[in-house]
Amino acid sequence: MEAVEAAPVIELEIPARAEYVGLARLVMSSLATARRALAEERIDDLKLAVSEACTNAIEAHADVDVDERVTLRWSEGDDRLEVQIEDRGQGFDPGQLPEHPPVTDPERLNFERGLGIPLIRTLVDEVSFDPSEAGTSVRLVMFCGPADDLDVSS
Amino acid sequence: MDLGLDVTEYDNGITVLAVRGEVDVYTAPRLREKLVELVSKGKHQIVVDLEAVDFLDSTGLGVLVGGLKRLRSHEGDLSLVCTQQRILKVFEITGLTKVFTIYESVDAATTAK
Repeated sequence: MEAVEAAPVIELEIPARAEYVGLARLVMSSLATARRALAEERIDDLKLAVSEACTNAIEAHADVDVDERVTLRWSEGDDRLEVQIEDRGQGFDPGQLPEHPPVTDPERLNFERGLGIPLIRTLVDEVSFDPSEAGTSVRLVMFCGPADDLDVSS
Repeated sequence: MDLGLDVTEYDNGITVLAVRGEVDVYTAPRLREKLVELVSKGKHQIVVDLEAVDFLDSTGLGVLVGGLKRLRSHEGDLSLVCTQQRILKVFEITGLTKVFTIYESVDAATTAK
């Protein structure tokens, strides 16, 4: 019987500080480049989504003065890659985001924040937010093939 | 991670702020400080040149929205120079292409007013 190779899981822990967000998105986008068939544009999408999720995670820690780390977990399936971002903040409900006025409304300029979650939803193929008392877990999914299967026309 | 911020003043009263590097939660406060400083010095027509920006996320967008609001309150304006698709995409997804005037070059931005 052939041994089944377990899908790789790679974990990265970063201090919950703003200066580490750049490192987190660099590592995750480099993994995507090296391991999976994803067009460059889609890697940019993943990079931005990871940055947004890490920014929220770090701000969740700052809100409660939790000096813990943010964990990023990379995993792969046949047709997908997943990046899970876990914080240990208070937990947040993505359904409770304030709605922005239309962009043509001058009042829109009063809202500098709240764009991260809508961006994440647009950029990745699947996203789930799992808030709990222990923190929030955000799961980003991109559909793709294995790295040796890259179709540059896609 | 460095964020380059270079200011050039034009004879017609327009100030160009050329941004270089990555704009995120770590570096965006420096961009905000620079915009506040320029406005407090009476620079009310500002063009932010994003052509040398490698990465920009929602924190950077927020700073630009805040800058535009500050300038509008002084009867001024903040416009952008950007042709990079990866950066433009962030403005398109969020609908902010309707909020900012986006030019294809610094020349176009500084001669348009």
